[in-house]
Amino acid sequence: MSGQKPRTLFDKIWDAHVVETLPDGTALLYIDLHLTHEVTTPQAYAGLRAAGRGVRRPDLTLAVVDHNIATDASRYTGIVDPESRLQVETLEKNVVEFGVPYIPLLSERQGIVHVIGPELGRSLPGMTIVCGDSHTATHGAMGALAFGIGTSEVEHVLATQTLLQKPAKNMRVWVEGTLPVGCSAKDITLAVIGKVGTAGGTGHVIEYAGDAIRALDMAGRMTLCNMAIEGGARAGMVAPDEKTFEYVANTPDGPKGAALEAAIAYWKTLPSDAGAHFDKEVRLRAEDIAPQVTWGTSPEDVLPISASVPDPADAPNETRRAQMQRMLDYMGIEAGQKLVDLKVDVVFIGSCTNSRIEDMRAAAAIAKGRQVAPGVRALVVPGSGLVKKQAEAEGLDVVLREAGFEWREPSCSMCLGMNPDKLTPGQRCASTSNRNFEGRQGPGGRTHLVSPAMAAAAALAGHLADVRDYQPKEMV
Amino acid sequence: MQAFTVLNGIAAPMPQANIDTDKIIPARFLKSIERSGFGKNLFANYRYMPDGSENPDFVLNQEPYRKAEVLIAFENFGCGSSREHAPWALLDFGIRCVIAPDFADIFHNNSFKNGVLPVKLPRAVCEQLMEDSRMGGNAKITVDLEREVVVRPNGEEIPFKIDPLRRHLMLNGLDDIGQTMQHVTAIDTYEAKQRAAQPWLNR
Repeated sequence: MSGQKPRTLFDKIWDAHVVETLPDGTALLYIDLHLTHEVTTPQAYAGLRAAGRGVRRPDLTLAVVDHNIATDASRYTGIVDPESRLQVETLEKNVVEFGVPYIPLLSERQGIVHVIGPELGRSLPGMTIVCGDSHTATHGAMGALAFGIGTSEVEHVLATQTLLQKPAKNMRVWVEGTLPVGCSAKDITLAVIGKVGTAGGTGHVIEYAGDAIRALDMAGRMTLCNMAIEGGARAGMVAPDEKTFEYVANTPDGPKGAALEAAIAYWKTLPSDAGAHFDKEVRLRAEDIAPQVTWGTSPEDVLPISASVPDPADAPNETRRAQMQRMLDYMGIEAGQKLVDLKVDVVFIGSCTNSRIEDMRAAAAIAKGRQVAPGVRALVVPGSGLVKKQAEAEGLDVVLREAGFEWREPSCSMCLGMNPDKLTPGQRCASTSNRNFEGRQGPGGRTHLVSPAMAAAAALAGHLADVRDYQPKEMV
Repeated sequence: MQAFTVLNGIAAPMPQANIDTDKIIPARFLKSIERSGFGKNLFANYRYMPDGSENPDFVLNQEPYRKAEVLIAFENFGCGSSREHAPWALLDFGIRCVIAPDFADIFHNNSFKNGVLPVKLPRAVCEQLMEDSRMGGNAKITVDLEREVVVRPNGEEIPFKIDPLRRHLMLNGLDDIGQTMQHVTAIDTYEAKQRAAQPWLNR
């Protein structure tokens, strides 16, 4: 390979998947893994049926239900909402008709699509992975190129196992140094979005690099990449390393033995070459990051927990001033209020951003031996049946229940207001999810994005709180 | 897909940045298994009051914007979720074109697949068009994909650029799966090669 131009991780995976380049530069890109769920597929299967087409590679396709699923016992007795039930039943019919592997609702492997892909060993380094869901960026943590697509593209992948794509630009986000106590991958990803803005990554794929990224465990890297889309990037990636290989080796369905050895030899060739070109580079010092919380209705409107609500009068221009005022009005907050003074009604710990076993542990460590504040509803929703099982084996469910948290069944839950877990108008929520858009968690709901430890601290305090004041009791 | 050639219609002003897909169509309306019928829930959280009645202050509830075919907005239109229900809802309402300084990537892709044309124009031009659109029915805007120009009500022509392949597919209302199917031999060859080189990918 000597003499070849240095390439990025993204360039290498891209080049390895180009089936053909069309005259205008559009690539026909091969897709190694197509994850699917009930919300963005019914119209795609209807399209296949209408055109008399089949699924080209059912073996590279995996279906699961997550968005519509209630987190109470109704999963065992039957979905109550008729529209949700129809959407799930439609998927169940489609996977039979087209021969697509499906993880049923009552399987312990069921869970949020972006939790189960890596957990089962289906999302692997070097792969191209797509799903009709913007948070597909999560799987980039494995050292894969993973991005969200629309339903027409879902149909295109089902029919052809390819996509028509223009190459993205390369962006690198460096985070060097040691992350302070009380901070996690969620605080890094929010701080990055705060720095680059919600459109800062548009047209780019972000590679996260630096020793603070290397120090993250795989769950942390998933949290980080999950929110690349909130920075406008199609995908986020972390180069595969020994942690990645060890993680894959411990998955139930990942390659084993000689196949794994051969795969690792290939995966070791993937990290960006020295001197590879990045179109955009951003640098942060991990030491400068404090526990983050969003105050507005866009993920870029984020501040350290010690800060106060910003004043629209300080905005650089009239457009921004009006936008900030609109956010303050929607959020029911006033300029100058301290963030830690904002009372919360609900706390949500879950979603494809933060529902892995490490997130459950982080929440339980803060909750242990303490009590949820009166009047606060606090939900903990594990991301999959396997996460739930592991957490229960560790006794985390008992710790959380004793502290007054609800321990629920795996689903997308209160991330998006599509299943029974919703905010009511005016309710304020400290949430470990990924979007604080107006109405995202239910019409009129007010979302503050935080890490699992920060969410647990808010539940105990009854208001947004600094997790550094709530360190695990064993450590005190 | 419905072809898009030339559109002359009423444009509705939505002078906001970051109009996300949860605003365009909230998740609770994504439960349909059809492609149509989303128009009534377009911008539902703003178009309707909590009791279900229309919010008279919302632009698409006002004449003549109930018949808007073009939307003028600011930066990062369509950010957030990958839901194709967003362009489906716009289309079902009757909006065939969105003009903004820039678009989020997935929404941008999804729009082209459905005959909804996203036109990128500089912020200053969008501000002019925003003013034009406030004149309502007296100020129709023309969007000509054939010639790649937006024509303001005063006759001024503003050029824009669309990727040639996407323009071709949209002008002719073509399904790109059919187009890709012509490359099936190349896909077969790729699969055979990959199967040999990376056996762990095959289950």
